[in-house]
Amino acid sequence: MGWLSADELGIILLSLRVAAVSVLGSLPLAVLVAYVLARGRFPGKTLLDVAVHLPLVLPPVVIGFALLVLFGKHGPIGRLLSEHFGIVFAFRWTGAALAAGIMGFPLMVRAIRLSIEGVDRRLETAARTLGGARLWVFASVTLPLAIPGLITGVLLSFARSLGEFGATITFVSNIPGETETLPLAIYSFTQVPGGDAQALRLSLVAVALSAVALAASQWLSGSARRGGRDDRR
Amino acid sequence: MIDVDIEQRLGTFALRVRFAVEGRIVGVFGRSGAGKSTLLNVIAGVAGTVTGHVRVNGDTLLNSADSVDVPAPHRRVGYVFQDALLFPHLSVEANLLYGHRLCPATERFIDPAQVIELLGLAKLLQRKPRALSGGERQRVALGRALLAQPRLLLLDEPLSSLDGPRKGEILNYIERLRDVFAVPMIYVSHSVAEIARLSDAVVLLADGQCLATGPVDQVMGRMDLKPHTGRYEAGAVIEATVLSHDTADQLTTLSFAGGELAVPQLAAAPGDRVRARIRARDVSLATQRPTGISTLNILPSRVTAIREETGPIVDIQLAVGDTALMARITQRSRRELGIHVDQQVYALVKAVSFDHRSTGYA
Repeated sequence: MGWLSADELGIILLSLRVAAVSVLGSLPLAVLVAYVLARGRFPGKTLLDVAVHLPLVLPPVVIGFALLVLFGKHGPIGRLLSEHFGIVFAFRWTGAALAAGIMGFPLMVRAIRLSIEGVDRRLETAARTLGGARLWVFASVTLPLAIPGLITGVLLSFARSLGEFGATITFVSNIPGETETLPLAIYSFTQVPGGDAQALRLSLVAVALSAVALAASQWLSGSARRGGRDDRR
Repeated sequence: MIDVDIEQRLGTFALRVRFAVEGRIVGVFGRSGAGKSTLLNVIAGVAGTVTGHVRVNGDTLLNSADSVDVPAPHRRVGYVFQDALLFPHLSVEANLLYGHRLCPATERFIDPAQVIELLGLAKLLQRKPRALSGGERQRVALGRALLAQPRLLLLDEPLSSLDGPRKGEILNYIERLRDVFAVPMIYVSHSVAEIARLSDAVVLLADGQCLATGPVDQVMGRMDLKPHTGRYEAGAVIEATVLSHDTADQLTTLSFAGGELAVPQLAAAPGDRVRARIRARDVSLATQRPTGISTLNILPSRVTAIREETGPIVDIQLAVGDTALMARITQRSRRELGIHVDQQVYALVKAVSFDHRSTGYA
């Protein structure tokens, strides 16, 4: 990796780690929320729908500020977590992952929800008459058939996490080696004289990573969708 | 014994059905919108809130008075849907075994190998549902429902998406399953021919109400129900025994309470019980035994009732021995022949008017 310095490589690896953890951490909750929104009928469903979509429409800095208030060292949730579980988000890379996860959450939920809505409900009914309990029917019928949306959701939110800036810098600041992800580093380089070349290099890396993530999403969900059709004998 | 007494409201549609019938296959007949599928959903436990009770061979699946409502997965009611609804992401084999695997081993009484052989599925096991024809899909759906070890099998118009020859093929399979596994079935259809061929008892539904129940020949032969059993499909069903085959002429002679009947050759052995449906419009009448006529079946009968129709036609109810038969003739023929109740007449039925959808194992 002669082209990239050790510092730059560190920034890229940190970004990938933050994005990966944010996606994996939010995936189970996103699947649950997507299922509830797709299949559930309950009072307050619209409210949940709105809450899930808030990060998409709010200024990211507002989300960052809310996280700071709630999850900061003296925030109600932050104090609880650090005192009882030793988990600290404030000014750590885990905080960056939390911020990225929340910002990518609506994208993930939307993709998975659409996919679940596309699964014929009567297949679930058929599975129930064959003796399948609800959870088993979900795991063995609904989820496998919603895989294309799951892949799309994961990769969209992964790409979104890689680009997360506003909420991250507000919540966990810009600490080199701890919370300085790609967008934050690029921003820093543009603020110092002579940093343009480095900013450009990292920008190209960001473009490449996002392009790869999107291409992978297209290809994976495409092949998952074709899965049922390809093995004619 | 299938004992159903239920009430359900869905918006403006109310289903109020009450019947208790005995039979290996119970036919539920009615026009579309009569509530047939809703009735099946209620029995399967996938229809939401229902009041009343559902009992199958003494086991209570629903009794709202005692707050008993066995959840669908525990009802053991197999369901074969119109469009098969196979799981598209699973192979035929995994589809077949879906319910089988969920059933405790000690409660299994139907063996996968036997079902696969009987339904001719051995060569399809590794395929995905997409790669199957319509008939193959229905066979897999039948196998999948049976392998969930059901106490009762619901068949919701399983032939409606198939073409003619496939329909006959699936009917044969259903008869075989009925004879081998002894799982009672409820067969829903709007085809009189299918119902008549398969059912021991019929439930006639219209507008969410049960109009009649009883043995198939009684219900289908009743003239007052004709508006619901269909204008062109009006007819009667005869239970008969295979007497002999004439292989040279490819004809089979059936014997029934009232006489004998020549039909196109059946793939049944002498002594087998079969059921033949005779549509009213395929029966003509003569006041004397005709000679020099191509019609093979000439049945001495007695007129039991005459149903006046508006328009040119009239339906004549006949008794051939103890068996009910119906003839549809014109008003003019009736007038010119002077046909009246209790008159002795001859019912003429062409052997070629029997087809494979209207004759089958009883």
